[in-house]
Amino acid sequence: MSASARSQTIDISLTVNGRPVQASVEPRLSLLDFLREELDLTGAKKGCNRGECGTCTVLVDGRRVNSCLVLAASASNHEVVTVEGLAKDGELHPVQQAFIEADALQCGFCTSGQIISAVACIEEGHAGSTEEIREWMSGNLCRCSCYPQIAEAVEMAARRMEADNA
Amino acid sequence: MHNFVYERANSADNAMDLGHRDGAAILAGGTELLNWMRIGIESPDLLVDIRDLGHLDRIEEIEGGLRIGALCRLNDVACHPAIKRDFPVLSSAILQSASAQLRNLATIGGNPLQRVRCPYFREETVNACNKRHAGSGCAAYEGHNERMAIFGWTPECVAVQPSDPAVAFAALDAVVIVQSTDGTRRIPMREFHVLPDEDPSAHSVLGRGELITGIEISTPAPHSAYLKVRERQSYEYALVSAAVTLDLDGETIRNARIALGSVAMRPWRLLATEDLLVGKRLGSKDIAEAVDAGFAEARALSGNAYKITLARNAALRAIELASEN
Amino acid sequence: MSHQESSVISEKVTRVDGPSKVRGEARYAGDQKVDGQMHAVPVLATIPAGELESIDAKQALALADGIVVLTARDMPRLHPDLDNITVPPLATRHIPMQDNLILYEGQVVALVLAPSLALATEAAKLVKPIYRTHSYINPEHQVPQSADPARGNYSGSGPLDWTKGTPDAAYASAPHKVKSIYTQPSRHANAMEPSAIVAHWHDGQLTVWDSMQHISSVQITLAAVFGLSIEDVRVIAPHTGGGFGVKAFVWPHEILAAMASKVCGKAVKFVLTRQHMYNMVGYQPQMTQHMALACDEKGQLAAIRQDVENVTSLTDDYVEFGSAAARSFYACDNISISQRVKRGNINLPTFMRAPWDGPGSWALGSALDELAHEAGIDPLDMRIRNHADTEPQTGEPWSSKMLLECYEEGARRFGWRTRPEGGTRDGYWLRGFGMADCSQGQARFQSSAGLTLTAEGTAHVASSFCDMGTGPATIFRQVAAEALGLPLSAVTSDHGQTGLPAAGPTYGQSTTISTGNAVLMAAREIKAKLAAHLQWPVAETVMEDGCIRRNNERLSIKDAMKLMGMQEIASESTFALPGGAYVDMGAPGRPARSFGALFVEVLVDPDLGLVRLRRATGVYSAGRILNPLTARSQITGGIIWGWGMATMEGSHLDPERGRWISRDLAGVPIPVNADIPADLDISFVEEFDHEAGPLGARGIGELAATGVAAAVGNAIFDATGARLHDLPITPDKILGALRLV
Repeated sequence: MSASARSQTIDISLTVNGRPVQASVEPRLSLLDFLREELDLTGAKKGCNRGECGTCTVLVDGRRVNSCLVLAASASNHEVVTVEGLAKDGELHPVQQAFIEADALQCGFCTSGQIISAVACIEEGHAGSTEEIREWMSGNLCRCSCYPQIAEAVEMAARRMEADNA
Repeated sequence: MHNFVYERANSADNAMDLGHRDGAAILAGGTELLNWMRIGIESPDLLVDIRDLGHLDRIEEIEGGLRIGALCRLNDVACHPAIKRDFPVLSSAILQSASAQLRNLATIGGNPLQRVRCPYFREETVNACNKRHAGSGCAAYEGHNERMAIFGWTPECVAVQPSDPAVAFAALDAVVIVQSTDGTRRIPMREFHVLPDEDPSAHSVLGRGELITGIEISTPAPHSAYLKVRERQSYEYALVSAAVTLDLDGETIRNARIALGSVAMRPWRLLATEDLLVGKRLGSKDIAEAVDAGFAEARALSGNAYKITLARNAALRAIELASEN
Repeated sequence: MSHQESSVISEKVTRVDGPSKVRGEARYAGDQKVDGQMHAVPVLATIPAGELESIDAKQALALADGIVVLTARDMPRLHPDLDNITVPPLATRHIPMQDNLILYEGQVVALVLAPSLALATEAAKLVKPIYRTHSYINPEHQVPQSADPARGNYSGSGPLDWTKGTPDAAYASAPHKVKSIYTQPSRHANAMEPSAIVAHWHDGQLTVWDSMQHISSVQITLAAVFGLSIEDVRVIAPHTGGGFGVKAFVWPHEILAAMASKVCGKAVKFVLTRQHMYNMVGYQPQMTQHMALACDEKGQLAAIRQDVENVTSLTDDYVEFGSAAARSFYACDNISISQRVKRGNINLPTFMRAPWDGPGSWALGSALDELAHEAGIDPLDMRIRNHADTEPQTGEPWSSKMLLECYEEGARRFGWRTRPEGGTRDGYWLRGFGMADCSQGQARFQSSAGLTLTAEGTAHVASSFCDMGTGPATIFRQVAAEALGLPLSAVTSDHGQTGLPAAGPTYGQSTTISTGNAVLMAAREIKAKLAAHLQWPVAETVMEDGCIRRNNERLSIKDAMKLMGMQEIASESTFALPGGAYVDMGAPGRPARSFGALFVEVLVDPDLGLVRLRRATGVYSAGRILNPLTARSQITGGIIWGWGMATMEGSHLDPERGRWISRDLAGVPIPVNADIPADLDISFVEEFDHEAGPLGARGIGELAATGVAAAVGNAIFDATGARLHDLPITPDKILGALRLV
């Protein structure tokens, strides 16, 4: 490959958790590595780096995606929300609160991805029943296997958010 | 992965122009390409990101059907009202194809381009795989081949095409629209992938610099179903899958199209079965006989004889499910 | 304190680490960053047997400035002190990059360091090792051998051969008998967090942030590798992202990271990839279990034989003691077991969640079901009839056992006695019902904890234990709060690092019983000190509601401390084992074991070979349950772990190349949310185990994952009439057993 390819960096400009971020990155840098290594936002985890586990899930323009499969360069001009951006004024998001109450976490390594995925699952309208939640939360592996508690937490949060919006 | 030059294409012409350069690769959803680069399956020097080609992310009505823009995200296709209503087989295949997160990234044009899930192909260091190094052989042929092909394989490659949507598209006689600087090609999905007797190193007929711009589906298929069989309930590749569309006259089959997934290097149409099903009554024993006829050319490897039974039963079940839709 | 006084204990207390984890603020080893750190990426052997002739690093070094390629020549030699560290806690005696011999595929042959992960990863691919290949020994094809005590201490942790009575004669003359072979593939743990370590030297002292299950093991082992005093090694692990056994011992990557940091003079961050997790740490080995069971007309067991084989590496003899089941589960006068190993060019297996009893209960729990059907006896009645009132191996009384109550309560909750006939149709599905025993031997480890009570009426727990999600950080605050009569909010704690009183490990479901008892003892010591100052008899002294009380005399903690002129009272206690042992399996003469009964309903699609879990009821005898909320999570997690073992998990070796054929989470399925119904009914019998320790508790973490595969296999038999002897029970095998293939 050419030497120019190696030395190329891209200027990117995006919003992360509501804050504008500008950076100059190697094209090969994934959004996940950008968040973790450059911005020190280590909530999103690297469980597989192949889109097979969901621990790196973040919202891009409000949609949940595996940040290991997005280049930081591709995220330029987009809005990114990570688990660190969910709490407002120090108050936990209803999904975060429900995860604590339902004991929907153990080791915690998948939890950031689960919670972002759950926020999206509810927003998409896929929290209508336990069965629907189980299917639409299946992109987030949990080896401690909190699955029943995770489904319960998503349902609990969805009902509370519905009630708050009513 | 080594570093590369990143360009965002600002038009389809620009994308085709950039994509035609040496060492270029087109980046759409990224759910496969980035992994190939990590594993060493591909190592492009130029990545052409086509995410900004806005005109390719729409679903449009065309005469007698729909054109799905190549950059439509899988979830958007699956949840589109017209797709859900008229093409349940496609909606279902997409929803079962990957996790919700992946379906938000992956595009409908990119999905049929995913490569085989053969574990020998997906190794970082490869001993024998004609799809990684042409002429190096096929470790799976005499290795662990439980999930490999039962149709159309050769000792040079026994892998299967894993795309779920492609199977539904094959049953719908969908057409892939491909553009290049030379013009436009229309390729039936049934012929989009390459069987190993033609070229064991090939994946699809897509050439360098060619860009999938959309996929067209025509006749609505409300009586259609997609059945995916796998150990775990969700987020897993198929052992086998079956896509069925039925044109019914009451309880009688006027016309049927059946495509099997994960049984060959391309979605596998059971053409003999389809012919025999014409005029047969649902629920009659003729149905099973017709399905059996489609398996006349099935051949098992050392470890996958069960897949012949499984695929046959899946086809039968999918016919039942399609008739109930 | 007696269990009638429970207040904070036995309440559903949410996790103390919940808020930091749901905010994404909890920092795991791989989240650590040290200024100037180098990222390490290994170069792994691509052959399973041979020698490394040379390494060409020119291309890698030319890639950019600042790249370092370390080979065996660059690494420090192991200090002789390491000879004094046993295997385990050193995971394996074979430390790569000390010589040129290659004993398994995936062995580290070089380590690449670079300032960025991307650069290190790219450079590692450019390093070209040249090998001389030796012939590959596939362990699965070897004749089973006796374990060699010189190949590590794993084989010394249980009997390799043991016989009681005359099992062969009893088998021959019994009216009902079964003989079957149960097999299972190797299984990787696939903890969501790949192992990771950041190693940093400063003034001759080593600090590591590590992903692990036991602080002290890492500390003493790394100290020995470099001939340091223990105080010169600092280990930090506030969170571990799941371990399941593969982070229990000290694996080579931890040693190599520390060596690399020493050599390059910078901090080294070594985060394993998902692919590395298949070769660079252990897994549960492929096993074959030969079972022979016989009973009389009434179902009374006449003979049990369990002969177990497992694969292991050429480097150490790891023995997977599945035969613990035959020695422990059922009353029988004639029992015989053996353990053998099959060595080959493969990385070393290790303890994984529900070791020994997990695989053992699959074979024994299935074979007993076969025998019950052969004898025409309900599987539950079969178990009741053969209840082991005392430990079968020794005849000694259990520390406590309420399994009969579990059977009764489980059967009631599940509706076992009124279940529909197996094979009843529900649409495309056949319903099947099965049950099995859950049981796991109880390890206890010497463990210390410190506790400080302040004049403000707060308390602080300090102990080096790891919390990898099993909940001890929460539970130990509950223990301290209750024992000192304080609200939970008044108790804080520190854990997960050296410099704190040394806790036992977080494995073998031993943390609560070991460190929890140390915390309780420290609290009692504080109470005794207070009582002594007040000149109250400790037996008449009660601590409650932030006060200390004797009859009607009542002082707030604050006033009592003021009276005594003290700002705080500190104590440090050790849960010491009889005879100064580091580990035991219950007090002498009172073997400890946790028990349970699991009932499942499965659905089998006989055309597609699919099996799905519809519901499960588990009732457990595990002593006192300290936190029902976290306990339930542990149990459901274990059941799901067992569901994966039963129906989908397995890692397979390519027979020619000696490689794991899939090294990712797409090729090796583990359960997802959609697999697991909400209807997992978990409960515990009311129990206080006075013999296992003052807390009254036993462990549950391993227990929950035992018996599941047997219950599922038994339910599949109930649904279909097909008995599957080979795990996992996948569509190919179901179709095969139904003779459809």
